[in-house]
Amino acid sequence: MVEMWMGQIVAQEYGADGDAEAGYGHVRKPGLDISHGVALYLDGISVSFDGFRALNQLTLAIDVGELRCIIGPNGAGKTTMMDVITGKTRPDSGQAWFGQTIDLLKLREAEVVAAGIGRKFQKPTVFEDLSVQDNLELALKTDKRARRTLFFRLSGEQRRRVEEVLELIHLHDQAARRAGDLSHGQKQWLEIGMLLMLNPKLLLLDEPVAGMTDAETERTAGLFTSLAGKHTLVVVEHDMEFVRRIAHKVTVLHEGSVLAEGSLEQVQANERVVEVYLGR
Amino acid sequence: MAVAPSSSNASSAHGARAQLQPPTAFLPPWGWATLLLFLLLICVAAPVLALAVPHGSNLHLSQYWVALAGKILCYAMVALAMDMVWGYAGILSLGHGLFFALGGYAMGMYLNRAMTAASGNLPDFMQFMQWTHFPWYWQGTEHFAYALFLALAVPGLLAFVFGFFAFRSRIKGVYFSIITQALTYAAMLLFFRNETGFGGNNGLTDFKVLLGFPVGTMAMSVALFVASGVALAGMFLFARWLVRSKFGRVLTAIRDAESRVMFCGYDPLWFKLGVWTASAVMCGLAGALYAPQVGIINPSEMSPANSIEIAIWTAIGGRGTLIGPIVGAVLVNASKSWLTVAMPEAWLYLLGGLFIVVTLFAPYGIVGLWRQWRLRHG
Repeated sequence: MVEMWMGQIVAQEYGADGDAEAGYGHVRKPGLDISHGVALYLDGISVSFDGFRALNQLTLAIDVGELRCIIGPNGAGKTTMMDVITGKTRPDSGQAWFGQTIDLLKLREAEVVAAGIGRKFQKPTVFEDLSVQDNLELALKTDKRARRTLFFRLSGEQRRRVEEVLELIHLHDQAARRAGDLSHGQKQWLEIGMLLMLNPKLLLLDEPVAGMTDAETERTAGLFTSLAGKHTLVVVEHDMEFVRRIAHKVTVLHEGSVLAEGSLEQVQANERVVEVYLGR
Repeated sequence: MAVAPSSSNASSAHGARAQLQPPTAFLPPWGWATLLLFLLLICVAAPVLALAVPHGSNLHLSQYWVALAGKILCYAMVALAMDMVWGYAGILSLGHGLFFALGGYAMGMYLNRAMTAASGNLPDFMQFMQWTHFPWYWQGTEHFAYALFLALAVPGLLAFVFGFFAFRSRIKGVYFSIITQALTYAAMLLFFRNETGFGGNNGLTDFKVLLGFPVGTMAMSVALFVASGVALAGMFLFARWLVRSKFGRVLTAIRDAESRVMFCGYDPLWFKLGVWTASAVMCGLAGALYAPQVGIINPSEMSPANSIEIAIWTAIGGRGTLIGPIVGAVLVNASKSWLTVAMPEAWLYLLGGLFIVVTLFAPYGIVGLWRQWRLRHG
């Protein structure tokens, strides 16, 4: 009996990616549990900076595989919300859950990444002195401990993954180029590509098409639409044309809480949204 | 799969296939050729010119030149070690002279013990202090292998412990540089004290025997020179391997965008600590080769100015390249040897001026200028 127990615990601990079935009532399944269809759930999050309420009882649920756009005027709390999700800012009150079981408010930044959340910052940050393919290779989901990197070589499968993402971000003929020499839009793509190499369940994208040409914006819209379903995407964007192209569902933030939610037509028809955006 | 070379923008996602570039060669052909030439010069040409060519001949290499060149090769190793942390990982150390000096002291301990074993006399500083026994931490230093181990392990261990706390606390940039400066200064004060047991401000000297062979002969100078050249070549190959590995590319990434490295799931601590410790060990070996060639090791090697000079060699030669610091260390020290004889008072002004000029107009040093020139002229 005891032996069986041990065996099962060992099997569970060393099972592939924690996908083993959790057989015991109170033993929590390791890894992300999205069996109830919710990828991200924020409940009553409040954040104040020196008396300024950046987030005010923010409650938000994002479904698995959804592509959600977050819009709102400056100071509505969009970036603060991302900071809370990625462990950069601790809220004064409220809860943040990734799937059913992962309490985001207990994790540090690197642990949030390991749990399966990727974040793109407003300003593109890539490794300028390395080639495009090196940038992707470094982001590749693999053992990231220092001693493992000394003798690391890409396996055939990993090479194909890098090539796949290179094509996805339209940089297939730029593999050997120095990342610092890319255009602004291409850097944005490269950063998105690096997020994809991490294979996150949830992608947080802060103004991903800022500084892109119309053609690049259009391609990005196509990319995001193709990613939705496999990944969950949360996009903060000001470019309404872009939002119109990609969004199924839009959330409008205002003064740190949700003002309206629905399709773009619905929220644009909402009187209070019009008020906020156009002034009284 | 044949794709028509025309129609550049018609890449509908399935048209053009991505093709990863194969990694570049470990060294280009001219790189291997240069390395081979260097080794031939060091291991064959120099010994022949120094030992086989008679004294009167114009081609004869005097012992002065052999010792000077050997000393400069040790400096080149330190500059290379410095470049790995500064040029690649973006960590500016102003205390690398400490690791170098510790390696020198470890070897100096062995040389003192060997002298005592051969002549029966205790080192001068012990006679002066009226000590009849070596302090406990001199235990075992009469064995060459153990002293060599200490020369590598003591700088390595010190760097590891210091680096662990500094990098874990995320101390960066100028703050880190200042702390390293303070560290070497504190060590210098400690070694200046006679009670510390390393010869006080005179340091360790009076080297007579190394591995049973007399020190100070032409043959010994040539042997140490060859050992230094081979060690430098070995360190160069090691550095080349390290910076080309994924580990090395993560270091470059940390230098350029540390937050993104963390958001890729790496912990920068272990990468910084790894290269920092390796660099200190390299300095220790350089110091161990330096002490017998110069004939003395004393606390002035730990002075902050010495460590700053190491950074200057690296900057002048070109950081972020592996050949740059070697070129910088050789050129600066060769001109120093010449100028401090010809115009002693001008040297410091020249060094300072050169550093300012390089910082302002050639951020990648001599090697950077040369690369620019090559780009412009084909």
